[in-house]
Amino acid sequence: MTNFLTRRGLLKTGAVTGAGLALPTIFTSGASAFTNEPTGGTVTLGFNVPQSGPYADEGADELRAFQLAVEHLNGEGDGGMMQTFSSQVLEGNGILGKKVEYVTGDTQTKSDAARASAKSMIEKDGAVMISGGSSSGVAVAVQGLCQEAGVIFMAGLTHSNDTTGKDKKANGFRHFFNAYMSGAALAPVLASQYGTDRKAYHLTADYTWGWTQEESIKAATESLGWETVNTVRTPLAATDFSSYITPILQTDADVLILNHYGGNMVNSLTNAVQFGLREKMVNGKQFEIVVPLYSRLMARGAGENVKGIFGSTNWHWSLQDAGSQAFVKSFGTKYGFPPSQAAHTCYVQTLLYADAVARAGSFNPCAVAEALEGYEFDGLGNGKTLYRADDHQCFKDVLVVKGKDNPTSEFDLLEVVEVTPVDQVTYAPDHPMFSGGALGSCNAGA
Amino acid sequence: MLGLNKKDFTLLLIVAALVVFAPFILNPFPADSAMAQFNAGYPDLMQRFVIFGIFAIGFNILFGLTGYLSFGHAAFLGVGSYSAVWMFKLLSMNIVPAIILSVIVSGLFAMLIGYISLRRTGIYFSILTLAFAEMSFRLAYSVLTPITNGETGLQLTLDDPRILGETATATGSIPVTNFFGIEMRATEVMNVGGWSFQFNNGYYMCAIVLLLAFYLAIRIFRSPFGMMLRAVKSNQQRMNYTGLNTKPYTLAAFVISGMYAGLAGGLMASMDPLAGAERMQWTASGEVVLMTILGGAGTLIGPVLGAGFIKYFENIFSKINEQVLHSWFHALPDGIENAVVWVLEHFVGSGWHLTLGLLFMLVVTFLPGGLVEGGQRLGRLLRRKDAEKKTATQSTPAE
Amino acid sequence: MDAIILQILNGLDKGSAYALIALGLTLIFGTLGVVNFAHGALFMIGAFCAVSLNKLLNLSFETVDPTRTDFLGNPLKVKTPYIEGWFGPDLGHAIIDWSVPLAILFSIPIMIAVGFIMERGLIKHFYRRPHADQILVTFGLAIVLQELIKHYYGANPIQTPAPDAFKGSFDFGAMMGFDPNTIIYPYWRMIYFAFAAVIIGGVFAFLQFTTFGMVVRAGMADRETVGLLGINIDKRFTIMFGLAAAVAGLAGVMYAPINSPNYHMGMDFLVLSFVVVVVGGMGSLPGAVAAGFLLGILESFASMNEIKSIIPGIDQIVIYVAAIVILLARPRGLLGRRGVMED
Repeated sequence: MTNFLTRRGLLKTGAVTGAGLALPTIFTSGASAFTNEPTGGTVTLGFNVPQSGPYADEGADELRAFQLAVEHLNGEGDGGMMQTFSSQVLEGNGILGKKVEYVTGDTQTKSDAARASAKSMIEKDGAVMISGGSSSGVAVAVQGLCQEAGVIFMAGLTHSNDTTGKDKKANGFRHFFNAYMSGAALAPVLASQYGTDRKAYHLTADYTWGWTQEESIKAATESLGWETVNTVRTPLAATDFSSYITPILQTDADVLILNHYGGNMVNSLTNAVQFGLREKMVNGKQFEIVVPLYSRLMARGAGENVKGIFGSTNWHWSLQDAGSQAFVKSFGTKYGFPPSQAAHTCYVQTLLYADAVARAGSFNPCAVAEALEGYEFDGLGNGKTLYRADDHQCFKDVLVVKGKDNPTSEFDLLEVVEVTPVDQVTYAPDHPMFSGGALGSCNAGA
Repeated sequence: MLGLNKKDFTLLLIVAALVVFAPFILNPFPADSAMAQFNAGYPDLMQRFVIFGIFAIGFNILFGLTGYLSFGHAAFLGVGSYSAVWMFKLLSMNIVPAIILSVIVSGLFAMLIGYISLRRTGIYFSILTLAFAEMSFRLAYSVLTPITNGETGLQLTLDDPRILGETATATGSIPVTNFFGIEMRATEVMNVGGWSFQFNNGYYMCAIVLLLAFYLAIRIFRSPFGMMLRAVKSNQQRMNYTGLNTKPYTLAAFVISGMYAGLAGGLMASMDPLAGAERMQWTASGEVVLMTILGGAGTLIGPVLGAGFIKYFENIFSKINEQVLHSWFHALPDGIENAVVWVLEHFVGSGWHLTLGLLFMLVVTFLPGGLVEGGQRLGRLLRRKDAEKKTATQSTPAE
Repeated sequence: MDAIILQILNGLDKGSAYALIALGLTLIFGTLGVVNFAHGALFMIGAFCAVSLNKLLNLSFETVDPTRTDFLGNPLKVKTPYIEGWFGPDLGHAIIDWSVPLAILFSIPIMIAVGFIMERGLIKHFYRRPHADQILVTFGLAIVLQELIKHYYGANPIQTPAPDAFKGSFDFGAMMGFDPNTIIYPYWRMIYFAFAAVIIGGVFAFLQFTTFGMVVRAGMADRETVGLLGINIDKRFTIMFGLAAAVAGLAGVMYAPINSPNYHMGMDFLVLSFVVVVVGGMGSLPGAVAAGFLLGILESFASMNEIKSIIPGIDQIVIYVAAIVILLARPRGLLGRRGVMED
């Protein structure tokens, strides 16, 4: 907290006087090259996670991962994935020799509160990077703010196509996968499991993430021969989905796709099972339920009901590669339980940021962005990964998972069915589902 | 002075001094010290204090004077924000047309909702306003996404037309909001010793608007119109029996307070050009009710204090994490340090809601007149001699 | 036709929850004249009584199974509930399985105690204070209660299943002569409806047919006169607060298997239950119940695809539209009494 805010477009004293304020001349004007340039022996990162509201547990897990990452960067602990990371420029002495400090805030999973929290990190605490979050609305809002303020935004859990689609920003980067990738990875598995002659009924959370998820999985399944019977929007605030589920009984649909996340997913899945959909036979076929985006933390809330249900996830602790194992060991030893996918993506984002700074030799957001763009790395739990320059989206293998039939513990809920290779989920930067926005140019602030 | 009596004028001067020197007052601790966590003198929070102060002042004109408890005032703030952002998208980045439009649109919206809701009184009125606001929120979040951009919130983009301004700056960025060229987010930093004080254009813009809004509120409180509204509060039936139609008065109060909310929304968008649907949710409407009651309903300064109180906790207490607590108490022996940190952890960071809830209960239980009464008691304690006089100051509740 | 029958069932089910919460809220409004924003929190605490009992019954001892490993590669610790150790696996499992019905018994004393403590410790000091102060203090209390729950149980929903015996669904259609499997309804939801009917009937019978109830009704109508007759109405009102808390709590216990409880479920229901109470009319118990079922059924019908395709988004707002229409058509809601909370 030793460095002071200097912002892009600093005004000459004259202009301020024009606003009706006679200012003395003792003001230090912006001497630094970019927003919040760290000048002392420390550098401050801002971790903005939901601490209240429905995603508070996910936020708490993200925070644990951030703390672990900071420890590892500062050379404490066992180093975690820093050992398995393909880039070995990080030395465990902080970032560029500066000790890493962090500040935390509460997004409340509301765009306004998240921006207020991020702003205080930038304006008050001198954060040079903001990371975290558990919803796409918040990610897009904070990403826009970071672009304007001239700091780097390393997105946490955000799955909407828009984050690196129509709302992409030059200062924003996303490691997490997106709705398109979920669809592309899931559809072939669904086709091989349930056949290509299926009729799907969608229930979709009525907001932007839900819509992109529905669009993606619908396109992917239809291209494999599935028919879409109906797509129904459900209010975000809905808690009881019975009145959306009973109409399915009247159709000849034989698959229900729940484009819901978090509490919505828990309730709609529970309700669907209550209504006996899983025992139902339609056209001589077993009725099936699919949840395109799984979250293990949330799946716990649905209990037994997730067994055998397919979905996709960004990462899972049961992966056997060296990176994942190192991370699970380090996280599990410290906290006593395995990390979630949200924790994983936040940990990786922090490491990737630190690594990019080290490679660029500067905290300047433009230099960091350049170092991240088109960067290929490995050893962080997802295999070979590319940070594409065109849209700042990571391209990596996607996991198709299934609710486990015989869990051995409360964490052992999902099993990995297939690792869909990255080529199968890659799309062109100008794909229609992602078109409409522009990265713009990088902003270093000051 | 300015058509105010001496007491009111003194109050206005005090408020003016407070907002002008807020960057100093709110930054009492050196930036390097452990207590710097409690500093609130950074632009975003200062802007929020002032903007929510305006919102609460406006709400108080309705609730404090007429007793009509609206549970849907956040809708006007939201509508104001959307109007302002659309102005930035279509016309120019100058905040003046944006704020004018947000006040007009929210005024019209308030006229419509007020006209219908004021046909009922008491809790029936509250539920009608709540219903309208919740409808606005839910539609904005889903069906009206083409206008509101739904969950994400309405944002500026690089391809907005901005017919009187530029679509994008020379460096390829979105232009920033300004007041005839004065950029709202430009900040000057003054370093004195270990202290660092931030002077932000946007904050002072908001402060000027707050002072105007506050002045107008005093004039309304002291006017025959304000007297009429208070008469409505004390006994509307009697007013009606005297053959007087009270509806135009209450409707006027409703519209004025809706315009205050729209002004706050417009300013909020001017400081940070984004308008999210959550601004209209019932929790946001409830927040301004809490601010007003907490500060002291019916008093002039109370709502502003209440707004500051809640926003302070939201923004400062939520950021105190375990690491910060350990750094405060690291001088203590390990066992005690951990125990102290463990206890305090419940009340800060993710537990900030708990602290806020407890404080609501404590304040309303022990200070029936809200924070203003707390101030008065403190004042009386300090100056026992003229205790009699003190209760008669302008901060006395309207009743 | 079958679609409509199903939506009526859905509506009755939703309506049961709304009616139960609104009933308790109206008891507190009507008897004590207090706007209780903590009422949603009482519903939530009820649901967490079920969660707690489930956790309590699942308290386990650990045995190490060297043949399997946990996520860190250490030998797996297998948890066995003590109950299964004491009563044998079969009976023990059955007890855990029936935790939600058992929680009904468990929750009644807890909810009554919570109600008494709230009324004696806090609410009674606010009888003569403005409604605004009551809102602030009960809202503060609601936040404190839900934060405490969040602290011990986390923010995620917690699965609290119904007994296995009630897991399936009942084929109404076959019984009524429709094609099989067109009108099916889950057993537990039918139990919820029946349970709500019993509770509502019980509360009405209590107020209607007991002397105690008669005095309370008299107190609701004219508190002062009843006080002047030398009856200690305050004590009875405390008991009514406990009763209202118990009704909200039971509604929560039984709701737990329908949707996994989480710490803010009370806030989710709070606004809705206020709308229900006001639409029903202030001070009217039958009004609250009728409005609960009416709005539940309307909400279900509005979520039908046929209706949504005519008016997009109607399912999001139907309750509020209905509230506005009813309040404009009937100044005091469905069955409201003149002069209650009108100023």
